[in-house]
Amino acid sequence: MRQATEQKPKKGKVTDRAKAERKLAYMLCAPAVIAMLLVTGYPIGYALYLSFQKVDLRFPDEKEFVGLSNYVDVLTSTTWWSDVFVTVIIMVISVSIELVLGMAIALVMHRAIFGRGGVRAAVLIPYGIVTVVAAFTWRYAFDPTAGFVAGLPLVPDDYAPLSNQSGSLLIIILAEVWKTTPFMALLLLAGLALVPDELHEAAKVDGASTLQRFVRITLPLMRPAILVALLFRTLDAFRIFDAPFIIQPGGANGTETVSILGYNLLINRLNLGLGSAVSILIFICVILIAVLFVKGLGASTAQQTGDAK
Amino acid sequence: MLAVLASIAFLTACGVGGDEGGSGARAINWYVFNEPGGAFDKAVADCNKEAGGKYKINYVKLPTDANQQRELVVRRLAAKDDSIDLIGMDVIWTAELAEAGWIQAWEGERRKAAEEGRLEGPLKTVDYKGKVYGIPFTSNTQLLWYRKDQVDAPPEDFTWDEMIDQAVEDKKAIEVQGAQYEGLTVWMNALIAGAGGQVVDQSGKVKVDDSAAKAAAIESKLAKSTAAPPGMSTNKEDEARIGFESERSNYQVNYTFIYPSAAAIKGFQEKIGWARYPRTEKDKESKPPLGGINIGVSSYTKNSDLAFDAAECLTSDEHQILAAELGGLPPTTEALYEDEKVKKAFPFADVLSESIDAAAPRPVTPAYSDISLAIQKSFHPPDSIDPDGAESTLRGRMEKAAEGAIF
Repeated sequence: MRQATEQKPKKGKVTDRAKAERKLAYMLCAPAVIAMLLVTGYPIGYALYLSFQKVDLRFPDEKEFVGLSNYVDVLTSTTWWSDVFVTVIIMVISVSIELVLGMAIALVMHRAIFGRGGVRAAVLIPYGIVTVVAAFTWRYAFDPTAGFVAGLPLVPDDYAPLSNQSGSLLIIILAEVWKTTPFMALLLLAGLALVPDELHEAAKVDGASTLQRFVRITLPLMRPAILVALLFRTLDAFRIFDAPFIIQPGGANGTETVSILGYNLLINRLNLGLGSAVSILIFICVILIAVLFVKGLGASTAQQTGDAK
Repeated sequence: MLAVLASIAFLTACGVGGDEGGSGARAINWYVFNEPGGAFDKAVADCNKEAGGKYKINYVKLPTDANQQRELVVRRLAAKDDSIDLIGMDVIWTAELAEAGWIQAWEGERRKAAEEGRLEGPLKTVDYKGKVYGIPFTSNTQLLWYRKDQVDAPPEDFTWDEMIDQAVEDKKAIEVQGAQYEGLTVWMNALIAGAGGQVVDQSGKVKVDDSAAKAAAIESKLAKSTAAPPGMSTNKEDEARIGFESERSNYQVNYTFIYPSAAAIKGFQEKIGWARYPRTEKDKESKPPLGGINIGVSSYTKNSDLAFDAAECLTSDEHQILAAELGGLPPTTEALYEDEKVKKAFPFADVLSESIDAAAPRPVTPAYSDISLAIQKSFHPPDSIDPDGAESTLRGRMEKAAEGAIF
């Protein structure tokens, strides 16, 4: 590659070798590109096509092109907006708690002097448990008849948080936080490892307190890692499906998230048109979130590396 | 020479392919829920023996949750999968599968076999637009179960209102299915039908009247009273059974499975009494819910005739008795309620067959799953239902559901 860049100044004339190298590069990339097109491009394209149709698997004869009407239906319905609201609430609260807890756990794992491997393994256990299994555990724990929570001292015997919206959302968020905080902690731990000890030592010599060092040194240097962790988790949380699907089947008690709406339309009602429109809208939301983060992230990292130089 | 012949025979045997067994019997795949009592396993084995090598039924087990069963079956049928021959159809699927052209009508002699001697209720569930689309196999209904040792036997015209008042007075709960799922549709449909109403008329059009408000009033009254069981808005059949067994309630509406299950607790079964489903209105007979399965023949099967034969065999009197004995599933053939074995399996056989005969089927419409979801969403959560607005809320959602819009 270096040779290719060296030859760049000779404008207009590309050497045979560079040509061959470029061809080789394309060929090496091709399988990956084709695979990506097949497994992501085709389904997305097909969903987009379906979202412009009125199509229901049960009534194959009634298929017709309806333009944007599916999108209009979805965007003017109260269902979609209340589901977006529920999803955003789950997303914001759970990711915030995960960030704080994850940071604390990362610091502990980073500083752990003995039993480091043991601490890390213990922290990772929830992340290793299948989400559906974890969700069932949470659901049954809070069941007033079968669960143990209602039997605890100080808890009323008929305590049934899953029978109302706020209680259900709370438990979904708890389950989500319990399950994914380790992931957050791992990503943050990787960021912590990037902070050089010398900086801390120098600051200590200058008389900076622990808090000052954390806020002034650790956090700024970790910013890219924090943003990446937040981006991953936010995207995941917006598409949350399995925990609410198990904890409140069918999106009952006001816990329907956008993914569950899509599932109900596609799998239960077999309404491929509306369901695909919802899927595409979720896809657009995810892109928007990603763009917002990457813009924020990109700008700040550039600034940071600029400062460092 | 012998060796050559043997190898040719061997090769032909191998060449039969996946659809046929080694003996040359055609494989008939029967998709139906997993019946833990072993009744279906035994029926399959019997029929395979009886078929004498003509066909061999494979019992493909589906989940017990009706929604999940439907999702799996419908996905295959929509993809024109020819590996599915027979379908154990929940009674509510008929219209949807028939309208989509996924199951075959039973005509002529076949139709006669499907209808012969069957109870009125189950027969209504295989009928769609005047044609028969399945053979009734097992039926089911809900009864009112009560504690003989705690409360008096309910009178014939016992209403939901009276039951709730009684439970409040006794400081006990009433076990119902209040979660947002098919069971809530079952309950609401029974209440609405009990008030003489319906949600979808004969032609499949949405028709919501003031009986929806009456149903909502009962649901709301229970949910807001002290007779509401803990976790009412998430309770399904099994939570209701557990609640009843934990002695927190004197009344329970539920399917017949709770009776054999109560035998696990010493002396509990003897305390359980049974009666017909409670009334919505004092002067109108109750319309109990109707469950059960019918067997349908897929349109994409490669062995249509054999599949019909197999379905007839599986649903024979003998196998219905087996399902009753081992699985606790009530028969669909009227005469079987006089059978000694069935009577022994169901000490409440009389009220059972009376209930099945009087039952109100759930709406018959190809958009059933949409309609059901609309009902569930309109009547949930139980404690925040506004009986005055229930009628218009339900109508609005139902109309959207029927035209395939989002709700």
